[in-house]
Amino acid sequence: MSNSSVASRQGGQKTAWLFLAPYLALFVAFVLAPIVMGLWISLHDWDPNLPGKPFVGLENYADLVNPDSLAFTPFWDSMQATGIFTLFSVPLLIVVPLAVALVMNQRFRGRNVFRSIYFAPYVLGVAVVGVLWRFLLDANIGLVNYLLGLVGLPETTPWLSSVPEAWVALIGVTIWWTLGFNAVIFLAGLQDVPPELYEAAEVDGAGAWAKFRNVTLPSLRPVTVFVLMITIIASANMFGQSFIMTGGQPGQETRTAIFYIAETGLQNFQMGSAAAGSWVLTLILMLSSVLIFGLLRERGGGRQ
Amino acid sequence: MSRALRYGVLVVLTLLFVSPLLFMISTSFKDRQESAQTPPTWFPQNPTLSAYDQILTATDTPVFRWFANSMLAASLNALLVVATAALAAYALARMEFRGRKVVFATIVATLFVPPVILVIPNYEIVGRLLWLDTLIAVIVPTAANAFGVFFLRQFFLQLPKELEESAFLDGANTWQVFYRVVLPLSRPALATLALLAFLTNWNDFLWPVYVLFSPENQTLQAGLSTLQSANAVRYDLLMAGAVIASLPVLILYVFAQRFVIEGVSRSGLKG
Repeated sequence: MSNSSVASRQGGQKTAWLFLAPYLALFVAFVLAPIVMGLWISLHDWDPNLPGKPFVGLENYADLVNPDSLAFTPFWDSMQATGIFTLFSVPLLIVVPLAVALVMNQRFRGRNVFRSIYFAPYVLGVAVVGVLWRFLLDANIGLVNYLLGLVGLPETTPWLSSVPEAWVALIGVTIWWTLGFNAVIFLAGLQDVPPELYEAAEVDGAGAWAKFRNVTLPSLRPVTVFVLMITIIASANMFGQSFIMTGGQPGQETRTAIFYIAETGLQNFQMGSAAAGSWVLTLILMLSSVLIFGLLRERGGGRQ
Repeated sequence: MSRALRYGVLVVLTLLFVSPLLFMISTSFKDRQESAQTPPTWFPQNPTLSAYDQILTATDTPVFRWFANSMLAASLNALLVVATAALAAYALARMEFRGRKVVFATIVATLFVPPVILVIPNYEIVGRLLWLDTLIAVIVPTAANAFGVFFLRQFFLQLPKELEESAFLDGANTWQVFYRVVLPLSRPALATLALLAFLTNWNDFLWPVYVLFSPENQTLQAGLSTLQSANAVRYDLLMAGAVIASLPVLILYVFAQRFVIEGVSRSGLKG
């Protein structure tokens, strides 16, 4: 053990657990216990305001997959909304920030200023971003429709009250909000690519595209997988943009799974059903992650 | 890529990012009529503070109070995250004890647990602790931050052990070594984590929307959505609220952007 000389002086087991105790108390109370408790709640007809919380076994889950139950349609509609949003937002949230990072990955005057500007919307938070863009995208008095009208495009597009326009708006605003975050991670990854690799490629006569394809992309692989992972999780958890900009409209077409789960559990207090829904969402999310990363590993295996 | 083309792209992007924010600020200084006018004006024709005046005095939307709540919650949450994560990360980086691997693996595994799974049960737990509709509900539960422990452990592992060893030779105990040697050496990492925790808490949305009910207990982000439902098309008021909610973080960001951006990019490389 390389650190045994320090470790041997560390006062033994008791000290270690004393150092861990404050964090572990929080961790057990608000992460581990809730995971177990969520499962437990999902097996009950659970309304926190009622004294009785009858055990119903797997009924909440059965309802979610039974087309005749009341929960079926709203739940799967919301899952579909999350699916649409994730499917279209994730590729754009990888490609656009990567392109921006590539443009920024050279030494030039003002680079850090541009980087800071593109990152800025991220620190504003979803409520500010949502309220601001709901105004800009207002069908009648919004700046976006006004500017589109100036260049001869339709100036009455209902960005927030019909689909697919609302999806374009929600995805576009999400890109505006988080582009900088992903770009900053890509940029750091690009700066870690050893310059020798580019020099070697140049000696071999590689052009810009060949260098990008054979040096940049493979070197960026771990960073890309990381960005992909956090972006999928973020998109699958989309809530604030819908809640503020569209309120789930038109109908409930842009009400995402998280939105539905929060409404069902924390507003209508059908916590058992909501907890079951969150487990179904989590399982689907985990399965798709395993599938996506399995595919990525298979395809990347040869190159590494 | 040619220089002109690159600057062209960068300037267009800058406009896309900056002009909505400028329009937000400009609208907050317009009167009610001008804020809803087409064609919109880029600069207020009769600049007025009436929007600010109105939302700052409205009792059902106490924006100053929300501001104070958010400041308090985000600061205390950041403090709690840094303090608990630093202690735990130091134990995991430098001490040998039974169960270390299991504890670390469990913490790291929860990095991949989608937060949605915790929302319903945590509402129930917070309810039983009688924390609903109090700021404690937005300060304490989210401080169980697995990322912080992971991030600081990586940092501590990189520190040269010699300094700690010589402090032990001088007769210091574990706590003194941690407090007097390790923490001062870790200032950049601690500052980065504190800033990220502050921002995450300041911007948290779903949780405060549902666990805080009274107007006077809202955070700024949750409050903004209340402001919106109370004044659906009063964009002058909404933009004034949005400006008040963004100004502190933008100022913090201007001074600390290097820490924030480096924190985010480093989190990616180590993840």
